[in-house]
Amino acid sequence: MEPSLFSSALLIARKDLAIEFRTRTAFFSAVVFAVLAMVIFFFAWDPTSVAAIDLAPGVLWVIFTFAGLLGLQRSFNMEQADRAIDGLLASPAPREAIYLGKALANLVFVGAVEAVTILGVALFYNMPFGGRALALAGLAFLAAVGLVAVGTLFSAMAVNTRLAELLLPVLSLPFFLPIVMPAAQATAKLLAGRPIAEAAGWWKVLIAFDIVFVVACTLAFPFTLEE
Amino acid sequence: MSDAPVIEVRGLTRAFGARRAVDGIDFALETGDCLALFGPNGAGKTTLLRMLAGLLKPTSGTARIGGVTLPGGAAVRAAVGIISHEHMLYDALTARENVEFTARLYGVRDPRDAALRALERMRMLDRADTLVRALSRGLKQRVSIARAMVHGPQVVLLDEPFTGLDAAGAAALTAMLCELKRDGAALILVTHNLSEGLELATHAAIMRDGRFVRYEPCAMLDAVEYAVSYRELVIRGA
Repeated sequence: MEPSLFSSALLIARKDLAIEFRTRTAFFSAVVFAVLAMVIFFFAWDPTSVAAIDLAPGVLWVIFTFAGLLGLQRSFNMEQADRAIDGLLASPAPREAIYLGKALANLVFVGAVEAVTILGVALFYNMPFGGRALALAGLAFLAAVGLVAVGTLFSAMAVNTRLAELLLPVLSLPFFLPIVMPAAQATAKLLAGRPIAEAAGWWKVLIAFDIVFVVACTLAFPFTLEE
Repeated sequence: MSDAPVIEVRGLTRAFGARRAVDGIDFALETGDCLALFGPNGAGKTTLLRMLAGLLKPTSGTARIGGVTLPGGAAVRAAVGIISHEHMLYDALTARENVEFTARLYGVRDPRDAALRALERMRMLDRADTLVRALSRGLKQRVSIARAMVHGPQVVLLDEPFTGLDAAGAAALTAMLCELKRDGAALILVTHNLSEGLELATHAAIMRDGRFVRYEPCAMLDAVEYAVSYRELVIRGA
């Protein structure tokens, strides 16, 4: 009996995470990038003209976006080496399961990078996330879903091209905007201590784009694999 | 699977731009048949196998596996095993993890045991827990063969499977292929080695410029005449 869509997706995600856990190359690259970016932002910051609370949301989302791209890049590179992707495509696993499995592994990756980044920003900018930590984690998760949905699709499209490393950000960043914009706005409200209801509109926009991107990218993915 | 031939190919064509890599191929294989496919580099052999594995869409013509027209569904893909030029393995996983992952993808019962059995048949049990990146090319090829066979395919597509194998590996592969034939699987074996191919084959074909320039059952075949013909058709390009 062939495995279902979701069990195939879980298998693929578990395999990707096992490889990442064993090699840790992408995670360390992303964390090093995140820390370096925090340091650069910190030393470029003039606390007398911009308050930490105004700067932190921007710093967080710039780092989430670019550190996430490092992980997404690696997602299909590991399948291209030795054409392991052919093994997946020849298997009874639905094409959509390959996408969902990859996206799920990427979500864990981006989530881990986000966790490190949130801690780093809290330390560097002395941000008392305390009571808002759960809401911020929820926001980061929702944004990660959208970023990963789009990034996984474009990673599959870009991997067969000669300029894959350039193409992925060029393709992805315009589609990241509808995710990063409401997420950054909602983060700013959260960090300013405003009630969550005040940013409800931005949360709704974020959730709507998540749904649109996950559905559209899952349906589009099988066509990116056609030769 | 129905009573139809295990593999039935009619007018199968694949073009890349103006060039036809595979050009109107016809053949059929029953259970236990093995087609040895010979031909120079660029003849279209790999493209033909990739179409039969569902990795490439034909430009025209049809290919059926067990009576189901490709690309078919999960059941058809589950009936096929492919060994390619590339090993289709993950370097950061062990030999066992690679084969077990495939077994799970194909829904094999008791995937861990199935993986170990497949590795044992390729005499790789002692290296089961070695990372693939630490294996030699020949050993990787053995793992790749175990990966392709772990689900007991009814159609096995082999693209130069003996490449890189030492005598023990080649013997293990030959034994495995004989067993698969006995169990009713249909095989397509692409090779440049005539004796290796004809030893297992029930049918033989020489492919050039995307077409079969010779195709016949091996029972009617004179090995010496075939070797001369092969040399003329492939090496001299007659």
